[in-house]
Amino acid sequence: MIEFYILAFVLIASAIFVVTAKKPVYSVVGLLLHFAALAIMYFSLAAEFLAVIQIIVYSGAILMLFLFVIALLSSGVAPFSMGPNRLPKIAIPAVAVVLVTLGFLIFGISHAPHVITPAGMGATAAGPVAPVGAANSFGSVADFGKALFTADLLPFEITAFILMVAVIGVILLAGDAAPYVPTRKRARIVEREMREAILRAGEE
Amino acid sequence: MNQWWTPAASLWWVILIKSAVLLLIVITTFAYAMLAERKVMGWMQMRPGPNRVGPWGLLQPAVDAVKLILKEDLTPKTADPLIYRLAPFISLVTALSVYAVIPFAEPQPGSIWAISDVNAGILFILALTSIGVYGISLGGWASGSKYPLLGSVRATAQMISYELSMSMSLIGVLILAGTTSLAGIVNGQAKLWYFIPQFVGFIIYIITAIAETNRAPFDLVEADAELVGGFNTEYSGLRFGLFFIAEYINMLTVSCIATLLFLGGWTAPFGWTVVPGIVWFLIKVGFFMFFYIWLRSTFPRLRYDRLMAFGWKVLLPVATLNLIVTAVVVAVRG
Repeated sequence: MIEFYILAFVLIASAIFVVTAKKPVYSVVGLLLHFAALAIMYFSLAAEFLAVIQIIVYSGAILMLFLFVIALLSSGVAPFSMGPNRLPKIAIPAVAVVLVTLGFLIFGISHAPHVITPAGMGATAAGPVAPVGAANSFGSVADFGKALFTADLLPFEITAFILMVAVIGVILLAGDAAPYVPTRKRARIVEREMREAILRAGEE
Repeated sequence: MNQWWTPAASLWWVILIKSAVLLLIVITTFAYAMLAERKVMGWMQMRPGPNRVGPWGLLQPAVDAVKLILKEDLTPKTADPLIYRLAPFISLVTALSVYAVIPFAEPQPGSIWAISDVNAGILFILALTSIGVYGISLGGWASGSKYPLLGSVRATAQMISYELSMSMSLIGVLILAGTTSLAGIVNGQAKLWYFIPQFVGFIIYIITAIAETNRAPFDLVEADAELVGGFNTEYSGLRFGLFFIAEYINMLTVSCIATLLFLGGWTAPFGWTVVPGIVWFLIKVGFFMFFYIWLRSTFPRLRYDRLMAFGWKVLLPVATLNLIVTAVVVAVRG
């Protein structure tokens, strides 16, 4: 149980650091720490596969892209210019929403048939289950995959579909509206426009 | 707490001693891998290589270490001091942590030739190497000057692109072995090493591994001719040394993975079991290390757009096709 409290403290502290850090890159480093602590939390809950995937997908791919964009946008190390402080306006509603959600969660858990605690996660009514990480045990790669592709196939595929919709949406919103032009042809067009601009500048 | 390790191997002081010994071995291997690289490249370029310090140049690494430690540790005025100092440690720590799960020889009853035998071993290694990129990315950004930034942006793009093909090429092996445990994968190769049925995956892994470790001909990240020294231009002294050690240890890691996944790890070829498994393991890793040095002194550096086009338009489709074919064959044969 002690490791749960240490991890919970690290998770909350790093999350606060992410939103309060002065420089965007510090936020990324804070988020990296947060993801690492979350992965260790999954490990302590015997969800080995989820822990590893958490690091590969979130820390390895998504956060890396964040860093990529932030490093390019703020190539100097100066912090972004601050906008007006909007915290006082939204703080009270946000805290209220969080408290209501937490209330519902506590109510739901205390009325659930069995209370699941981190310590009791690996055990069932029949006694302790197979060792952590071994095949056919909770959280192992084999079991995770089996659950994902049999019982939970539909939600899994729907999630994939929604993500795909998001990607198509981004391309529609941010993409080039003009029809596709091959690179060489586009280079020629740009060259011609520049030439004309120079000629115009010469006439004036 | 749980049964990841066999009882004798799970005692905390056994793990501590194993870690300390392994750390020493890995760092020494780094020192001599560096010397070997300079010697072998020297011979390939018709020159003797380092031969002044000690007999046959064998004490050169010690002198290099002293030089790196004594050099002045500079931090540019424009740098972000905290992240600038943090970055080399991220690189080195992730590079070393990988050795917690690599098995070096066949597990004996009551003890294993590894610090721990994690069931998701290969996934654990992939996760750690994906964090290792942060060292290079953050280091280049935090230097606060243009060439390191360009180097680190290149590193990010290159490593994300090639990591994808690398994982794809490894999944074929995982399907054949039916497990993600490294010891389990080696046991699956008792009859036939996986580089024969997974030849395409093997080739793709070898190529992507060079790109992952930022070595020539894929060393765009530190392309001296274009970027001065790439992401580590501003680093000096021991901080540069940490990046340098991390690069060589990563090279050793990818050689170990190639040995475990494709060349049967510690299994002896042609039934020559007279030689112990650990020796076979070291011979195979040594072969890959030599191969990487050989490539470096043979091929010129790729152009950046060609590197990207090669990764996305050639390696990724071929790796995906290899994965689909492997899955279909395994499913049909039951």
